[in-house]
Amino acid sequence: MTPAVYVEDLSKRYLLGRSSPGQGGLRHALENLVTAPMRLFGGRKEERTTEFWALRGVGFEIAQGDVVGIIGRNGAGKSTLLKILSRITEPTTGRIGVKGRIASLLEVGTGFHPELTGRENIFLNGAILGMTQTEVRSKLDEIIAFAGIEKFLETPVKRYSSGMYVRLAFAVAAHLEPEILVIDEVLAVGDAEFQKKCLGKMKEVSKSGRTVLFVSHNLPAVSLLCDRGIYLRGGQVMASGEIGPVLSHYRDDFLVEDDATPDASHRRGTGAHRIVRLATETERLPARAPISFSLEIKQHRDEGPFHFAMHVRDEWDTEVFSVDTAYLESGLLQPGDRKLRIEVDSPWLFPGRYRIEAFLHIGGIVDHWPDACRFEIDGDVAKQGYSLDSAKNRAQTLASFRIKESAG
Amino acid sequence: MDSTSPKTVRPEDFDLWIEAGHTEKHYWADLWRFRELLVMLAWRDIAVRYKQTVAGFSWAILQPFVTMVIMTIVFGRVAGLQSIGNAPYAIMVFAAMLPWQFFANALTNSGQSIVANSNMISKVYFPRVMIPGASVIVSLVDFLVSFAILAALMVWYQFWPTWRLLTVPFFAVLAMAAALGPGLLVTALTVRYRDFRFITPFVIQLGLFVSPVAYSSEVIREKLGRVFAYFYSLNPLVVVIDGFRWAILGSDVNLFTVHNAISFGMGILILIFGISYFRRTERSFADVI
Repeated sequence: MTPAVYVEDLSKRYLLGRSSPGQGGLRHALENLVTAPMRLFGGRKEERTTEFWALRGVGFEIAQGDVVGIIGRNGAGKSTLLKILSRITEPTTGRIGVKGRIASLLEVGTGFHPELTGRENIFLNGAILGMTQTEVRSKLDEIIAFAGIEKFLETPVKRYSSGMYVRLAFAVAAHLEPEILVIDEVLAVGDAEFQKKCLGKMKEVSKSGRTVLFVSHNLPAVSLLCDRGIYLRGGQVMASGEIGPVLSHYRDDFLVEDDATPDASHRRGTGAHRIVRLATETERLPARAPISFSLEIKQHRDEGPFHFAMHVRDEWDTEVFSVDTAYLESGLLQPGDRKLRIEVDSPWLFPGRYRIEAFLHIGGIVDHWPDACRFEIDGDVAKQGYSLDSAKNRAQTLASFRIKESAG
Repeated sequence: MDSTSPKTVRPEDFDLWIEAGHTEKHYWADLWRFRELLVMLAWRDIAVRYKQTVAGFSWAILQPFVTMVIMTIVFGRVAGLQSIGNAPYAIMVFAAMLPWQFFANALTNSGQSIVANSNMISKVYFPRVMIPGASVIVSLVDFLVSFAILAALMVWYQFWPTWRLLTVPFFAVLAMAAALGPGLLVTALTVRYRDFRFITPFVIQLGLFVSPVAYSSEVIREKLGRVFAYFYSLNPLVVVIDGFRWAILGSDVNLFTVHNAISFGMGILILIFGISYFRRTERSFADVI
C-alpha cells in the first residue's frame, strides 16, 4: 500500500553568518555586487559563512492511519522537519511524497486579529488554514460549542482571557479535516481541563483513520496518543517504529550522550576558565538526602571573577532545579585554579537519572558544558505516597545550597 | 516506517511531492484553492483599519479630497497651471488623483504586507502572493470609494462625461497592473532588505512630481521637448493617468501616442519582472524573514 507520507534523504541546510541573505542588508548586497567581479580575479577570499544542517539524510515512511510522535531534544530538527512538511520552507535535498490532503498546525490562532470578534476570527483563521467558507459555516456551531465561547462570539478577541483565546484557536484547528494532520506542541497551551479535551479530540481524529504527525516535548502525551514514533537527534533519525521502543531509546540515549566527553576546546564560551570536573560522591545517591558535588575549575587566562551555574535535568530533559552562585550575596568566584564543593540541602529529587548542564558566566558565557555530570537517585519514593507521574511534568525548584572551599 | 528502497515508490501514487525548487507545479492550482483567503485578508484589513477611529470610513474620502483641494489652489490658482480643454482644473487633477492615490497606497501597503504578517509566513503555508494581493485589493476599495467624490465634483461643476466613462474599468485594471508590478518587487525586496521601508515613501513622494498629476502630460511635451518626453514616459503611470483623463474629461486628451505606448510597455515589463522576482524569492521568505 502507498504510505501516507514518504520521506527520502531529506536534508535542510541553513547558512549562518554575515554572508547569509538579509543579514547584511542592502548595503552589503550592493557591496557584494560591486566587489563580485574583483573577487573573480582575486580568487576565493575567506568564507565567512558557516553551514548548519538542521536535517541530514532523514528518511521514513508513515502508513495511512498511523499516529506518529516525533520526539527529540531542542535543536534535533523536529521543527525544521515540520516546516518542510508544512511547505513553509523548502528542503535543500531530498523529497517528500504525500498522499491525501495535508494540513499543519504549527501554532494555534495564526492570523487571529485582536480587533476582530470571535466569529470573524473563526472565518479568517479557517481561510488561513485552507478551509473554504462553506466548510467553516457548516462547522461553525460545533466550533463555538467546542471552544465554549457562545456568549462572547461578538466580542473582539482582544477582550478575551488568554484561556478563551487559546480554546477558540484550537477549536478552529480541531475542525480542520484533512487526511494528514501535522501538529506541533499545540497541547502545551490552555488549562488542564482543556488539554484533556484537546487530547480527546486528537484521539478521536486518529481513530477516524486519519494520519497524524505529532511533535511534542510532552512525552506522556506522546506515549498516550501515538502508536509509532520517530526519534530525531542532531538532524538524523536515531530510531523509528513502535512508540514503546522509540521512547525507551530516547531515554537510554540520556546516558550515552556524545557530548559527555570533557573536551573543553569544543565547548562554548570565552574559555578563560574551564570546568574540568563536576561530580557527585557516588553515581547512585539515596533519595531525599543532601547532595554534594565536587567542582574543579582550571584557569587559562585571567579575565576576572566569574559565576558558576548548573541546571539539573531529568530523563525527559526537563529542568528540575538550578543552582547559580549569582543568587548568592558573595557568590562571585575569584580567578585561578579552583577546587570547590557545592552542597545542595533539599533537592527532593524523584528516583531516576539526572544530567547536569554546567556554566561559568559573567555577563557572557565563559564555559558551557551541556553534559557535565550524571547521577542517579535510588529508592522507591512512590511507595511513600508520591506519584511518579508528577516528575514527568515540568517542575522547577530552587534548592538551598552553599558553596565553599574544599579541604583537599 | 521502515526504510524501503526508492524503487518501490512510484511518483504517481502521491498527490503532492515536496522537493527543492518543485513548488512550481502546484502554483496556479494553489492560487485557485486559496482564492477565498485573498478576499478574507482584504476584508480583515478593511474591517480592522477604521476601528477606534472617530472619522471611520470617511478617512478614505477625506485624504484624496483634501489633496485635490490643495492642488487646485496651489497649482491651479497660484501657479496658474493650465487645465485640459474646457475641463475645470479640479476635475483634471482629481481624475489623475484617483489612480495616483491608488498606486501610492497599493505600493506602500503591499510593500509592508509580508513583513507585517511575518507570523503567518513562518507558521502556515499558502501562496505568499495572497498577502500583497490583498493589500492591492484594499487599495482598490479605497479607490472605488473616492469615485464618489469625483461624481460629486462633476455635479458641482456641471461637467457631463461622455461614453468614454464606460472604459474606466479597463484603466482601473491597468492601474492595478501598474501597482502590482512594483508592489510585488518591493514586497519581496523588503523581506530581505528592510531598507525599502525608507526607500518606498521617498520614491512615492518624488513620483507625484514625475507623474502627470498636477499638470497634463501634454505640458511636458510642449515645454521640455520630444526627447525628454520619451524618458518621462518610462513612468508606467503616465499611460494610466492619461487613460483616466481620456475617459473622464473627454475629447481633448490625446491617448494614442508613442509616449503612452512606451509607458504601457514599461508597466507590463515591470509587472512581469515583479511576478517572476516574487516567485523566485517567495520560497525562502520563511527562512529570511
